[in-house]
Amino acid sequence: MSTSLLDVENLATHFPVERGTFFKRRIGIVRAVDGVSFALRQGEVLGLAGESGCGKSTLGRTILQLIPPTSGSVVLEGRNLGRLRGRALRRARSDFQMIFQDPYASLDPRMTVFDALAEAVRAHKKLARSEVRLRVSKLMAQVGLLPRAAKKYPHEFSGGQRQRIAIARALAVEPKLIIADEPVSALDVSIQAQIINLLAELRRNLGLTLIFISHNLSVVKHISDRIAIMYLGKIVELGTPAQVLEKPLHPYTKALVSAVPHADPSRERTRRRMVLPGDPPSPINPPAGCRFHPRCPFCVEACKAQIPPLVDWGDSHFAACIRIPEIT
Amino acid sequence: MSSGAELSDLVGAEDAANTEERGTSLWRDAWHRLAKNRMAVLSAALLVVLTLAAFVGPLFLTHSYETQNLHLGAVPPDAQHWLGTDTLGRDLFTRVLYGGRVSLSVGLCATAVALTIGVLYGTISGFIGGKVDVVMMRVVDIIFALPFTVFVILLMVFFGRKFLLLFVAIGAVQWLTMARIVRSQVMSLRRMEFIEAAQALGLSRLRIIFRHMIPNALGPIIVYATLTVPSVMLLEAFLSFLGLGVQPPMSSWGVLIKEGADSMEEFPWLLIFPGLALALSLFSLNFLGDGLRDAFDPRAAKD
Repeated sequence: MSTSLLDVENLATHFPVERGTFFKRRIGIVRAVDGVSFALRQGEVLGLAGESGCGKSTLGRTILQLIPPTSGSVVLEGRNLGRLRGRALRRARSDFQMIFQDPYASLDPRMTVFDALAEAVRAHKKLARSEVRLRVSKLMAQVGLLPRAAKKYPHEFSGGQRQRIAIARALAVEPKLIIADEPVSALDVSIQAQIINLLAELRRNLGLTLIFISHNLSVVKHISDRIAIMYLGKIVELGTPAQVLEKPLHPYTKALVSAVPHADPSRERTRRRMVLPGDPPSPINPPAGCRFHPRCPFCVEACKAQIPPLVDWGDSHFAACIRIPEIT
Repeated sequence: MSSGAELSDLVGAEDAANTEERGTSLWRDAWHRLAKNRMAVLSAALLVVLTLAAFVGPLFLTHSYETQNLHLGAVPPDAQHWLGTDTLGRDLFTRVLYGGRVSLSVGLCATAVALTIGVLYGTISGFIGGKVDVVMMRVVDIIFALPFTVFVILLMVFFGRKFLLLFVAIGAVQWLTMARIVRSQVMSLRRMEFIEAAQALGLSRLRIIFRHMIPNALGPIIVYATLTVPSVMLLEAFLSFLGLGVQPPMSSWGVLIKEGADSMEEFPWLLIFPGLALALSLFSLNFLGDGLRDAFDPRAAKD
């Protein structure tokens, strides 16, 4: 197991729903992430896809210990991050960074680009002023920012440029793992490709290990080595883009893939959509058994009783559904 | 491609070298922006002049603030008494300068006390949150509920009538609103992604508070501080009127204005000149406060 950089084992993040300030009564639990396991090799890009509210952002933040996990473990290079507290955790943070969804909110409006990057560069290393300057200008060149941008404030940039600044900040501490939480969904479509290409380029040049969270399958397909599909706090399917997007096994993934329009009109005309009834259930009281069963067209009695495990169906193509032999 | 990258590296290093000299960019940029704001600079200059006049000016004056000249009575401004004299024949110019000592120092010191306590208290309460926040805010509510006059009288009874106590008493009441304002600012900032990003970088809590939270909460803090100064000066006048503040023959602008208002029909200069001094300093403070608020907000820059 030591070949992997990151091992996530049975990770769960539950939020208590409470009422009252002093005498708290627990009126429910949101199971945002509920038993997620996967491993990531050095240099691999994992795409994490799923609809809004399925827990993909919470999973990302829990791996990075921005939200404390309820149970399970996150092991990065043999170190269990969940055990770290206080100063030790702060020190460890140079190993893993996050790129946030909204570049308008993730940069301090009162810090120039130089100050923001210099702060990140200095966060874990004592460096002379000249070294800091050198590092910052290297970072800016790496993400394609012009040197004169250093003196400017975030509001003077477009969304795409801001996201470049945010990427540079994440790179500043030389992390081993970066989690990008919907890094392009707040950007114009024309800019999205630039940022994705930048991430792909950085990944090639620096050997980054990346978890790329998105609700957009086309975006995920472009950059990922493997794709994980999440539904209501659980991974339902995991495999290469070819496996997951061309030959999906799980009924939910099938519905998801069938919703993506084709650019080719002749293929688009023959596209068969698989429409799911209803909305995803609330994660406060998730359905018993398979969480997808109330919306699944292939649901049988057994689905309501047992939680299907994530099983390898050949060539490391995992899916969590008990009916796969019958429906494919 | 690699040579191009290297070239821009070098240019970048040079460019960044010009950027960073001393201190952080925010404070340096704020200083530059403030220097460009003519009203703010003028106001700051006027405040300095007023302060110097009040604290150094009396050394060069021939008249004493307490010597009465009942033969003179109240005379209008002339070459001898630049601002005239009051009903007891005391030189008004001297008395306005001496009054400025009290008013300006009470106004600025009590505001500084309120600012310090309020910002620290509000930041801690808002940042930690939860039960700590609930307890801290209930303490604020309780102090708010105490009648101010009773509170000051209690202080005077326990600690004696000291001038310093005036600052403490007024500051002790004024920080409450400041704490509430800062707390609400910090609470909304705490959920911002750039604070989460700072945590993800592994920065310490103190650094996050002082480098990210307080600079971003600065706007409302400065505005409220400039509003606090005049209300503090008026509170001082009120306390002096009750006999809890400065005592005759010492004076303050608030006291002078009150006395002037009593006789404004016969001797209007007794109201006009102290009123002018107070109005001038308050206007300057407001313009300076607005200038500071804009200076600390990079988005407000016009260029």
